Amino acid sequence: MQDRYISIEGISRSYPAPGGGKTTVFDDLWLSMARGEFVAVIGHSGCGKTTVLNILAGLDAPSSGVVIVDGKAIEGPSLDRAVIFQSHALLPWKTALSNVAYAVSSRWPKLSRSEIEAKAMEAIRLVGLEQAAHRKPSQLSGGMKQRVGIARALSIDPKILLMDEPFSALDALTRGTLQDEVRKICIETGQTVFMITHDVDEAIYLADKIVLMTNGPGARIAEIVANPLPKARTRNDVHRHPAYYPVRNHIIDFLVSRSKSFDEEIAGKAWDPRHPPLVNPSIPEPSVAAIGKGPVTQGQGGDKPGFFPANRMRGTP
Amino acid sequence: MRSLELRSVAVSIMLLMTFLLAWHLAVTGGSSGQKMDPEYAKLMGITATQGKSAMPSPVDVGLTLWGHIKDPFYVRGTNDVGLGLQLGYSILRVAAGYLLAMAVALPLGFLIGMSPLMSRALDPFIQVLKPISPLAWMPLALYTIKDSGLSAIFVIFICSIWPMLINTAFGVANVRKEWINVARTLEVGTLRKAFTVILPAAAPTIVTGMRISIGIAWLVIVAAEMLVGGTGVGYFVWNEWNNLSITNVITAILVIGFVGMLLDQILARLGHLVTYPE
Ligand SMILES: Nc1ncnc2c1ncn2[C@@H]1O[C@H](COP(=O)(O)OP(=O)(O)OP(=O)(O)O)[C@@H](O)[C@H]1O
Ligand SMILES: [Mg+2]
Repeated sequence: MQDRYISIEGISRSYPAPGGGKTTVFDDLWLSMARGEFVAVIGHSGCGKTTVLNILAGLDAPSSGVVIVDGKAIEGPSLDRAVIFQSHALLPWKTALSNVAYAVSSRWPKLSRSEIEAKAMEAIRLVGLEQAAHRKPSQLSGGMKQRVGIARALSIDPKILLMDEPFSALDALTRGTLQDEVRKICIETGQTVFMITHDVDEAIYLADKIVLMTNGPGARIAEIVANPLPKARTRNDVHRHPAYYPVRNHIIDFLVSRSKSFDEEIAGKAWDPRHPPLVNPSIPEPSVAAIGKGPVTQGQGGDKPGFFPANRMRGTP
Repeated sequence: MRSLELRSVAVSIMLLMTFLLAWHLAVTGGSSGQKMDPEYAKLMGITATQGKSAMPSPVDVGLTLWGHIKDPFYVRGTNDVGLGLQLGYSILRVAAGYLLAMAVALPLGFLIGMSPLMSRALDPFIQVLKPISPLAWMPLALYTIKDSGLSAIFVIFICSIWPMLINTAFGVANVRKEWINVARTLEVGTLRKAFTVILPAAAPTIVTGMRISIGIAWLVIVAAEMLVGGTGVGYFVWNEWNNLSITNVITAILVIGFVGMLLDQILARLGHLVTYPE
């Protein structure tokens, strides 16, 4: 059975609304992740993905609920959880290299200057930026800044990687190479990853599970898609896999229509936010295999948008 | 760009020449001295009776200035001290008051900027103290400190503290949230965070405050020294007015402006060093 390395337990987040009262970005959100699992989150802009990530990072606190990591409730940020920020968040007065070195020296305060520099340079080389290592962020392109952000997160050997659209500003070629690189590192080091993305193909290539979030305010985790592709996939063969298009269509259908009308979809039905259904769009029959902890339901493979299996089985917590 | 620079320099020089020429003509061309009531002319100084205006010509000022530059540090009695020495006194006073103000304003500004509680608690005091003319403190300073030189330093301290304090607090309070978050995710301690993230991020704003402060301090020192007397460039101006040496007064005015510009440029240079493009 899966362990719950990260367990998001009933968190909600609300902000004061302009005209008094408050808007609830999301409410009663539950999600658990196993050690070494790669989870991608997909949802429309503004649904609260970054907010969830900030809570996981310890930068933001939920209005209610808790997040438990490795048996302990999160109380603040930790060096064990590295964040790749959506906005890069590089310190503009430091060069690319010293931005990374700052992280390295925070992680290992006892290292000598040259050791810090060497470790930072290693991370910079990993993202292919050695030519630009001594440039300031203002002299870097958006994609280069994003790569520095990735290098900074990887340089501190975190246990958990929290990535907020880490590859969004990159050209297709660089994105491919970096995705390969990050995937390799994550598998080698047994990284547990929480990644936000808008790119369906990226999610299918990288993630073990893809979390689908409905539109805010009051966003929910509609379902969790178990990636049917073999772990040993490569960039060039993913789209040849028979399960690839069913998964892809399922997700795109969700984004196009179901993410908006999800509340109508579940209206009148028993909905348990603690156990969002785990679907496997490539498996034709329900109940084929209990992948993970949640119930497995049939996906519709994209042919019937709006369809939602009513005879879902419930797992126990 | 280069030609714009050259042309602007040319225009500046032309304007200066025109001004000097107009000044020269206005002073030498007229014969106001002869038409003046001799009694009044006598009161106004001897030059007026010699067919010349009491107002010195640019050449007079130039010669006097040259004299001061050649021999800036002489002492021929308490009321006859070289302009360089007087400037030195003023600069020392400004430096002392300014550095004291910095020593108080920067840490206090950090505290105010980092703590919303302290920011609110201290705000009413700052709001009331800030608009007080620094010279209004002078009698109180003279009464409590009982030393005119130290009182002048205190006045400089009190006038230069506000822009530095307010800018530091503002700069510190408005450091981009995401930079703070970087430090937080890296579990950087408070002190290290203050020096490695908040200080560099707020430095441009802080230095702007320091630049405003040095300008105000240099404005105030002249007035303060006119009040306390004894030494300093402000006292020099007042003393030369009492001697009716308008030439020396104008010379001193020029020198005060020049030193003020230098001080401002030093801070501008510092500001340039700490500014980062985003
Ligand atoms: N400080 C804040 N005050 C008020 N509302 C906020 C604040 N921060 C975020 N929100 C709201 O919370 C919602 C979720 O924001 P969040 O940044 O998590 O979205 P997101 O899913 O990451 O979107 P995107 O894909 O565009 O990055 C948004 O509707 C936003 O308006
Ligand atoms: Mg976001």
